[in-house]
Amino acid sequence: MSVQKFVVGNFYDEAVLFPAVKKVRRAGYKIHDVFTPFPIHGLDHAMGLRDTSLHTAGFIYGITGTSTAVGFITWALTLDWPINFGGKPFFALPAWIPVTFELTVLFAAVGMVLTFCYLCQLAPFVKKDHFNPRSTDDTFVMAVECTDATNEAEAIKFLESVGAKDVTVMEKETGWWLGRYDHDTMRFQKSTNA
Amino acid sequence: MASLRYESQVRQPLVDGTKDYHQVTEDICRPVEAKPSRLWWIGFLVSVALLLFGVVSVAMEVTYGTGQWNLNRTIGWGWDITNFVWWVGIGHAGTLISAILLLFRQGWRTGVNRAAEAMTIFAVMCAGQFPIWHMGRVWNAFFVLPYPNTRGPLWVNFNSPLLWDVFAISTYFTVSLLFWYSGLIPDMATLRDRAKKKWAKLFYGVAAFGWTGSTKHWQRHEALSLVLAGLSTPLVLSVHTIVSFDFATSVVPGWHTTIFPPYFVAGAIFSGFAMVQTLLLVTRKVLSLEEYITIEHIEVMNKVIVLTGSIVGIAYLTELFMAWYSAVPYEWYAFKENRLNLNSPYGWSYWLMMGCNVLSPQIFWFRKMRRNLFVTFFMSILVNIGMWFERFVIIVTSIYRDYLPSSWSTYYTPTIWEVGFYLGTFGLFFTCYFLFSKYFPVIAIAEIKHILKKNGSNFKQGMSKEENESLDAYADKHVHGDHH
Repeated sequence: MSVQKFVVGNFYDEAVLFPAVKKVRRAGYKIHDVFTPFPIHGLDHAMGLRDTSLHTAGFIYGITGTSTAVGFITWALTLDWPINFGGKPFFALPAWIPVTFELTVLFAAVGMVLTFCYLCQLAPFVKKDHFNPRSTDDTFVMAVECTDATNEAEAIKFLESVGAKDVTVMEKETGWWLGRYDHDTMRFQKSTNA
Repeated sequence: MASLRYESQVRQPLVDGTKDYHQVTEDICRPVEAKPSRLWWIGFLVSVALLLFGVVSVAMEVTYGTGQWNLNRTIGWGWDITNFVWWVGIGHAGTLISAILLLFRQGWRTGVNRAAEAMTIFAVMCAGQFPIWHMGRVWNAFFVLPYPNTRGPLWVNFNSPLLWDVFAISTYFTVSLLFWYSGLIPDMATLRDRAKKKWAKLFYGVAAFGWTGSTKHWQRHEALSLVLAGLSTPLVLSVHTIVSFDFATSVVPGWHTTIFPPYFVAGAIFSGFAMVQTLLLVTRKVLSLEEYITIEHIEVMNKVIVLTGSIVGIAYLTELFMAWYSAVPYEWYAFKENRLNLNSPYGWSYWLMMGCNVLSPQIFWFRKMRRNLFVTFFMSILVNIGMWFERFVIIVTSIYRDYLPSSWSTYYTPTIWEVGFYLGTFGLFFTCYFLFSKYFPVIAIAEIKHILKKNGSNFKQGMSKEENESLDAYADKHVHGDHH
C-alpha cells in the first residue's frame, strides 16, 4: 500500500482505447490499469493480462461439495446411525443425488464469489481510488505508472497523441483502506508538480 | 471496430432512442435519484398493509396451531403448499433469464434480467414461508438441518424428497442472491460515484464493495458470471424437479407419475414469465424505461409464454392419457371423477386451470396480440391465476378422496388466516419489489452499455450502410485493412 504517481488519460470511445493500449505498451510505458464502466472483451488480452483461474477454483469448490455430501451422508446413514427407511438399503446412493447436486452447486457458487471478492479485494466499507468518478459512467480511464525515470511531460504528450483526453499526472493510493464514501478520507491529491 | 460489432439488421434494436453511455447511466439512475412518486407511496403502503395482515395471520397460526387453517384428514396440504409451489414456480423466471439466456447469448436478457432476478429472490422468500410456518411448531424448524444434536445424534432422512426440498430451495435462494448481487456491484459503484446526498454516498459506498472497474476485476467478474450461469442452469431445473418429487415419489393417484419433473419445470417458467410481464409492464411505464424494456422484449417473453404454455398443455393431456392407458382404476378415477367431471366438487378448478393455462395463451400465436400491452398484461394475470389452480388441482383433487370412500373429506375452503397468509406473502413480495425499484437500478446498467453499440437503435442504423456494401468491398476494408 503506497501512494504512487500516475499519468492518467481519459478515453470516450473503446474504438480509440484499443489501439491506444497497444501503442502505449509498445512505447514501453507500463499500464497500471484501465478503468472501464463495463466489461470490454479482449481488453485484458490487449493489456497482456493473464487469464483468470477463477473457473478452476470453482471446479475445486464444486468437487469439494460433491465429496462433502457423499461422504457425510454415507457416514451418517450407514455408519453413525443406520436407519431402515422402508426396507431400502442403507447405502441408497440414487436417493442422495439431489442433495449431492445441490451441495456441489452451493459450494461452487459460494466459494467462487468469496474467492472473487478476495482476489479483487472487495468488501463493504472498503475504499479505493479510481482517479475519475466518471469511469463508472462513460469514461475509460487509463493510468500509466510513473517512475523516477519517467519524463512526465513526454508521457502526457504521448498519451494525447494516441487519443487520450484531459491527461494529468495524479498521485494515488494503490491499495485499499477502510472508510466511508460519505466521509472525505481520500488519500491522494492531484500532483502539484505536473 | 464497427466490423467487430456487426449484427444483422434482421434483429430489432434492443435499446431505442439515441443513446450514448452517459445517457444510459442517466436514464437508469434517474428513478433511483429522484424522490419517489405519489404512486410509489400508495403502492408501497398498500403492500406494507398486506404484509402486516400476513404477520397477523401467521401470528394466529403460531399461537393457536395449524388448526387455525381448515386443513383436515385427508387434505393435509391445502392452500399453504399450493402457494409454496406457486411462488417457487414464479421464482424460476429470473434465473432462467439471467443464466440460461446468458449461455444462449440472448442479448435481450440485459433489459429485463436485473428486475427478473430480484423478483426471483423475493418469490423464493415468499415460497419459503409456507413450509416453514406449516411446520406448526416453527421454533423447531431448524430440525430439518443435519446438525449434531443431543438426540443421538439423529440425522435427517437424506432419502426423503421433503429434505431434498430443504437443500434445493435454500441453495437456490443463496445462489440466486449471489448471482444477483455480484451483477449489481458495478452498478452500485455507478450510483456511488454519482451520489450527492450523504446517506446515498454511505449506502451505495458500502453496497459497491469498493468496486473500481479495473480491467482485471472485469475479467474475473465475467468469468464469475459465466460460471454462476453455468451452475444456475442445472440448478433452476433441479429445483422444480425436486419440488415435483414431493408429489411424484408418493403413491397417491394423480401424483405418482414420471412426467412431473419436466411438466413442473415448464409450468414454473410459464408462470415465472407471466409474473415478469406483470411487473415489467408496470415498471417500464412508471419509471419511463420504455426505451430499455421495449415492445421487442415484451414480444419475446410472450413467445416464451406460448411455448411453455403449450408444453404444459401437452403435459396435461399426456398425464390424462396415461391415467386411462395405465388401467389403474384409482389413477383413472382421480382424473375422470375428481378432475374431468365438472359436477364433482372441484371439477370447476380443473377446467379453470385448462382454460387459463392451455387455451388462453394460444392467443399469442398472433403477432398483434404479442405486441399489445393490454392483452399481455391481462394474459399475465390470467396465467398466474391458472398456474395457482394447477397446483391447487394437483394437491386437493388428488387427496380429498382417499382410497376408502369412508375417508373422503368434506369440501375444503380456506379460513381467513389461510387467505391472510397468502395475501401477506403478496405484501412481502411487493414491499420488497417497491423498495428494490426505488433504491436499486432496475436495469443492469453495465450490461446495457455492453450491448449498446451492437443493439442500440442509433448504432444499428449506422450499420445499414455496411449491410449494403458488396462483400468484396467489406472484406477489403475490414479484413485486409491495417486498422488494428
